[in-house]
Amino acid sequence: MQPFRNLKSLALPIPQPNVDTDQILPARFLHKPRKDGYSQYLFRDLRRLIERPEFPQPKILIAAENFGCGSSRENAVWALADYGFRVIIAPSFGDIFYSNCLKNGLLPVPLRADVVAAILAATQPQTLYVDLFSQTVTIPDGTRYGFDIDLFAKQCLLRGVDELGYTLTLLPQIEEFEKAHPET
Amino acid sequence: MTPPLTLFEKIWRRHSILERPDGQTLLYIDRHLIHDGYQPAFEFLHDRGLRPRAPHRIFGTPDHYVPTTHRDVVQISDPERRHMVEDLARNTAAEGITMFGLDDQRQGIVHVIGPEQGITQPGITLVCGDSHTSTHGALGALAFGIGMTEVTHVLATQALWQRQPKTMRIAVDGTLSAGVSAKDVILAIIAKIGAAGATGHVIEYAGSAIRALSLEGRLTICNMSIEAGARAGMIAPDDTTFDYLHARPYAPSGEAWDRALERWRELPSDPEAAFNTEVSFDAAEIAPMVTWGTSPQDAAPIDARVPDPAQASSAVRRDAISRALAYMDLTPGTPLAEIAIDRVFLGSCTNSRIEDLRVAASIVDGRRVAPRVEAWVVPGSSLVKAQAEAEGLDRIFKTAGFEWREAGCSMCLGTNGEIAAPGERCASTSNRNFAGRQGPGARTHLMSPAMAAAAAVKGHLTDVRRLLEK
Repeated sequence: MQPFRNLKSLALPIPQPNVDTDQILPARFLHKPRKDGYSQYLFRDLRRLIERPEFPQPKILIAAENFGCGSSRENAVWALADYGFRVIIAPSFGDIFYSNCLKNGLLPVPLRADVVAAILAATQPQTLYVDLFSQTVTIPDGTRYGFDIDLFAKQCLLRGVDELGYTLTLLPQIEEFEKAHPET
Repeated sequence: MTPPLTLFEKIWRRHSILERPDGQTLLYIDRHLIHDGYQPAFEFLHDRGLRPRAPHRIFGTPDHYVPTTHRDVVQISDPERRHMVEDLARNTAAEGITMFGLDDQRQGIVHVIGPEQGITQPGITLVCGDSHTSTHGALGALAFGIGMTEVTHVLATQALWQRQPKTMRIAVDGTLSAGVSAKDVILAIIAKIGAAGATGHVIEYAGSAIRALSLEGRLTICNMSIEAGARAGMIAPDDTTFDYLHARPYAPSGEAWDRALERWRELPSDPEAAFNTEVSFDAAEIAPMVTWGTSPQDAAPIDARVPDPAQASSAVRRDAISRALAYMDLTPGTPLAEIAIDRVFLGSCTNSRIEDLRVAASIVDGRRVAPRVEAWVVPGSSLVKAQAEAEGLDRIFKTAGFEWREAGCSMCLGTNGEIAAPGERCASTSNRNFAGRQGPGARTHLMSPAMAAAAAVKGHLTDVRRLLEK
């Protein structure tokens, strides 16, 4: 997993609520091999949302509430990451999508709804600075806003490692649990 | 003395292996259902030199990529899709995982066969790499969908890190009217609380109308919990649950059944247990529902009209409605019951069980599918199909002009290539009306099996209650 510390980038706005993972990655590409890359399938039927000359190579995507709702397909996150996005900002996310982002080096930032709305309403492209260590987003006028993330997920992202290696060190506890609960 | 606990909290506590300082719990996973979308998970696992840690807790069946016109893997013409089905067969065979393959009568949609085989049981934790895993909560299990990285984690460790979600109790009290089903209840719930209304929560459905539902109806309700953003949906196990499970192949039997019953009877939420959120509905006020837009929250009673964006509560909502109506090619003010359809899809993990087929057949019986409407029945499992055939339901559907197909996910999401054409309008018993869900440019209206059957014979969305008066 690619580590994430901080970045400054234009934020590509998608001012829509409830952008579902079927929009992000249509189901007809779900069987495509992971290693061939998913960039070309991102928003395949809504390509105009991301192919905008005023937002060259955006690394931040900002959208209205409930971004990534619907299907659990991690392929949606692969498509966003392969396209070059490193940060998704929204007032809220689909739970599974949020979790999938963290596993792929893509930072989901739940940001205050009024701040997101103001950025989405801006007439000029907005450059944002996102810093994971301090858990802040800095908007063009210099104001900084905090966001929440679980400590362990943050550490994993900062170091670019996943959870599995750590959990495998806990196998003795898992085995102990199984012995203590034979009925399940 | 332990404080009063909810059904969810009892299962959560019972499966908590340990807690991390940041508040995440390592949760033990009792059952893992896998399907033909698991190729990446096995690849991730093998890339790390790992193998499934507890194969006896895993059950597999192909559903997403299987054709519903035949049962021959070799005949799947698209090599990449065929590979997905073959890969599941290869991995389950290599790891000693129980598999209900395409040639097995127990094959079907993973969320249909879990309960059908008695794999899903009260009090267990169950995961699957599919968001509609919430379905299994209908039996009083804690069941939720996960992504492929988490799937890999569960395969390797039989455990999963989770932050404890909040709880929401949705009570539906009273009696449902004739022609109103579980699907209408869940669409009415989502229309009210919204597509993100239960994000971060586990829903427990309660109340007399929920208690009165069959197990099949409860599966329909819990299935669509994810469409309200919920992590999971659950219903307390009761005699309906136990009667359903008794003598199912993987349910406990003999003395083990008696011991299980004792444990299961302890599961329902304690009377004083507190929920973070409570919502209530009057069952008598729920009418047959249909969706008009591109989110499951865009649902309305069949006697309503297409909404006018100009009257939306906010600018964001106005834009969302306008976008949805443009995609759906609908004009504000049009009566929903006048919307003509091209297709009917009776299937999916939401509504493809024997009860769904019986209700739809009772509407279709003695009638004909309207001219120019293509109507499909895709049973949820091969056993559901066989049961329906034993009852003569297939003949009713075929006589009326329906296509009677094999079991699979099919046109709910079209991963197997079975999609609607651009611009086609489909009355569907599935769970998502997202833009492009049933094919690029295809337009989906969600509804109950009875309403879909009624739409099939009328050629437009219609109030099934009118057809009950024959």
